[in-house]
Order: sequence, then structure tokens, then C-alpha cells
Amino acid sequence: MKPAPFRYEKPRSVEQALALLAAEDEEPKVLAGGQSLVPLMNFRLARPSLLVDINGLAELSYIRREGSRLRIGALTRHAVLEESPLVERHWPLLTEAVRLVGHPQIRNAGTIGGSLAHADPTAELPVALAALDAGFVVRSRSGARELHWSEFFVGQLQTSLQPDELLVETVVPALPAGTGCRFDEFTRRHGDFALGGCAVTVSLDPDGACTRAAIALLGAAPTPIRAARAEAELVGRPVTAESAARSAARAVQDLDPTSDLHASGEYRRDLIESLVARSLLTARGRAREGVPA
Amino acid sequence: MTRIRITVTINGAVVERAVDPRMLLSDFIRHEARLTGTHVGCEHGVCGSCTVQVDGSPVRSCLLFAVQVDGREVRTVEALAAERDGALHPLQEAFHAEQGLQCGFCTPGFLMSVEPVLDRVEEMDDAQIRALISGNLCRCTGYEGIVCAVREAARKMASPSRSRPGGAS
Ligand SMILES: Cc1cc2nc3c(=O)[nH]c(=O)nc-3n(C[C@H](O)[C@H](O)[C@H](O)COP(=O)(O)OP(=O)(O)OC[C@H]3O[C@@H](n4cnc5c(N)ncnc54)[C@H](O)[C@@H]3O)c2cc1C
Ligand code: FES
Ligand code: FES
Repeated sequence: MKPAPFRYEKPRSVEQALALLAAEDEEPKVLAGGQSLVPLMNFRLARPSLLVDINGLAELSYIRREGSRLRIGALTRHAVLEESPLVERHWPLLTEAVRLVGHPQIRNAGTIGGSLAHADPTAELPVALAALDAGFVVRSRSGARELHWSEFFVGQLQTSLQPDELLVETVVPALPAGTGCRFDEFTRRHGDFALGGCAVTVSLDPDGACTRAAIALLGAAPTPIRAARAEAELVGRPVTAESAARSAARAVQDLDPTSDLHASGEYRRDLIESLVARSLLTARGRAREGVPA
Repeated sequence: MTRIRITVTINGAVVERAVDPRMLLSDFIRHEARLTGTHVGCEHGVCGSCTVQVDGSPVRSCLLFAVQVDGREVRTVEALAAERDGALHPLQEAFHAEQGLQCGFCTPGFLMSVEPVLDRVEEMDDAQIRALISGNLCRCTGYEGIVCAVREAARKMASPSRSRPGGAS
């Protein structure tokens, strides 16, 4: 239960971090909050030869609005996102999601960038950010690129980040006026990884007809996924208990979630269907109350 | 691997050592600073018994390397009574009075998790108190006594000037 030896570096700038990650003769790993990486190292499931500790890079820790978009630095702690009034007011889906990440001690240390780069299929933030159509800014010594969430997540615990790349920022577009959101999941014990879940948004026009919907699923596939057909079916009319149920059934129609000792795939599919149907109605109710502007 | 010289303030005392980068903070506290009140259960972040405060925030000391707290302030369970000339902290007294412990293995982690937010507990309902301690496992008590102890400690520590349920506000 002790990690294998490694070399430790604590860069003072992003440029220094990128140079360290580009080192040819090393197997480097970024160390952020350590809440996923250090357990893996303690089990010796991860044995990096070089740890690049980015906790000194204060320039990567921020939450700000630029124009209509939200920008979150990769080193922002879960607890800071959870307490942000800006996020709670305009992107309440993120506040609802981050409260479900682990426990208070985990959220004090864990970072947004770490949750994304770790890419656990049952992690909350990747799913919430998929529903919000977020993008991620990634840097290496050769420059920066912005990846849509659907390009970033490629498999279970796999992203399109290259070994010499650092995730630096998450960019979240604004939600239209008249949008309600809901993040929901089911866990056996408080703070556990979820057996299934979803993040949904519902936008209504003044007459109550749905103009846009997003349904992102947790634990349904190796990566977060969106239920595009189910979303499209909701648009153009009011969201009712019947249309929510139909849309939820459509959302899970072609799913084949994994079976493991925690739950069977069939159970997971039924669970996600129920959660989506309920969440759509909650989001509709919140849209009527006229949340984020 | 080359050792790295670090200076850490633990419970107000400066501890200076040269350590391997892979030394966990939990091991640094127990084996280098010789403070064995911080317990180590799972060593992968699940049980919470190793919880300490770093710059005031409760975190898992088994998921931090000692080199990461160079120049920072660590507070462990020993601080609670040491800061009171050996008298128990009201939270410790409440754990005692409300049967918030049996074997006591988990207790230091609970204490260090709850202590920084005790002043907020008065506004919490039971579900929120349970969420607060969700990151700490106890194999003995069944948690009831712990929830009572947290609530009781918060009540005792609230300043008399604060409005109380049922009282004039
Ligand atoms: C008991 C427990 C319960 C938990 N419960 C949940 C839960 O319910 N939901 C949930 O989502 N998570 C949960 N987690 C995981 C937690 O959210 C982690 O904090 C998070 O997954 C990783 O963030 P980190 O900053 O700690 O990253 P680290 O552990 O430091 O790193 C994780 C991975 O990401 C890489 N990385 C980190 N930052 C960057 C970056 N900027 N650029 C490139 N690569 C980077 C690292 O190299 C590593 O591979 C739990 C953890 C524990 C210990
Ligand atoms: S020993 Fe650190 S959480 Fe269990
Ligand atoms: S008192 Fe024994 S584990 Fe909690």
C-alpha cells in the first residue's frame, strides 16, 4: 500500500510544467488533487517515474464569466465550484452535480481538471458538462487546442489528452433564458460512485413549449453520452409526464450498460430511465420558475 | 531517489526533515513527527480515519505526499486538547458523553473533519450532518451517537448571544 519511487517536480509556471511533461526519457504524470491518482499509486496500479505537481500553479485556479461563457481553471477545487454564487446562479446544474462528488474532504482536495482527465464513467462533472455542451482547453509546448466534450472523452478512464498535454480550462456556454436543469443519480451510500444518473436541461418558450433539451447519461456507457433522439422528440411541445416518460424510454432504448457486482446492466438501464423521466419534469418545473438568465 | 528537504508546521511546531518524495503525509505525521493520533485504515482515501487539516481544510493525509505540504500548516487531533492545556475539546467531550465512539479507531478522523465547521452545524439538519461525516467510516457505533455528539457539541459551543430555536430572535 505504498507507492513505488518516483521523481517529484513542482513547476512554477505552466510553461515549466509543459516542458517537464514533454521529457523524452520519463513516464510523467500530472498530480492535481491526488484523489484518484494517489489511490492508484498506493495500489501500484500507476507507477509514474515523474510526478509533475501542478498545485503551485495558482493561475490555473479561477472561476470567471467572460461574455456569456463560464471559464473554470483546471486546478479549481470541487469545494470552490460548489460554493461559487456565480455558478449557482447561472449554471446551477454544475452546483447540483459537484455536491454529489465524493465527500467534503475529497472536494476540498480534488480538482475539476482532475475529475475530467481521470474520466471515470460514473463521475458527475463530465456528465454535467456534456449536458452543458462544454469544451476543454488543452495545452502542450506546441500550442493550445480546444476540444468539445465529445472529442475529449474517448473511453473508460480514457481521454484524448496526450502525455505531454495539460488540461488548463473548461469553457461552458450560457443557457438560454427559460431553462431549468436537474442532476440526479442513485448511489447505495452517500458519496459513493453512482450506479446510474443523468444531467438534463429543458428550455421553454413563453408559451411553455420546449425549445431545447439536453439529456446526458451517467453510467450508461464507457463515456458520458447524450441521448440526441430523445432530446429532439421533446422539442416543439410542452413537456408532460407522458412525453417525459416516452423520451426517457427512448434515451435508454439502445443502451447496453455494463453488469458488475454492483448492479446488472438491465437494472442500470431501468434506473437511468426512471431518473431521466423524473429529472425532465423537475427541470421543466424549474424552467417555469424562470431560473438562470 | 533523492530526498527533498521540507519544513512543515504541525500543530504549531516546526518539523524539518529530508524525505523521499513517495512518503505519504500520513506516514510523515506518524513516523517522522511521531504523532500517532492520526490513524491509517485503508490508505486509499475511503475510510477517512487519516483525516487532518491542511491550512484549515480537512483532507485525507494518505492521499497527499509529505513533500506537498512543505511550508504549510498541518493540524492533527493532538492539537484539540493541546490547545486547551490538556483539557478535552467540547467536540471530544460530546463524543464521550453521547457514546460517539467504541473502539475509537475512527474518532480522530471524525473530529478533524467536523471541527472546522462546528459553527455551521447549528444550521444543519440531520441529513446535512450525515453528509458532513459521510467521508468517515465507523465500524462500531452505527453513527447515531456520532450524529448526536456533533449536534450537542455545536449547541454547547454556540455563543449565548446567538438566536436559539424557540427563543426570541
Ligand atoms: C473516497 C473517494 C470518493 C470519491 N467519490 C467520487 C464521486 O462520487 N464522484 C466523482 O466524480 N469522483 C469521486 N472521487 C474522485 C475525485 O473526484 C477525484 O478528485 C477526481 O476524480 C480527480 O481529481 P484530482 O484533482 O484529485 O486529480 P488527480 O488524482 O491528481 O489526477 C487524476 C488524473 O488526472 C490527471 N490530471 C489531473 N489534472 C490534470 C490536468 N490539469 N491536465 C492533465 N491531466 C491531469 C492525473 O495525471 C491523473 O491521471 C472520489 C475519490 C475518493 C478518494
Ligand atoms: S487511511 Fe486515509 S482514507 Fe483510509
Ligand atoms: S468507534 Fe470503532 S470504528 Fe468507529
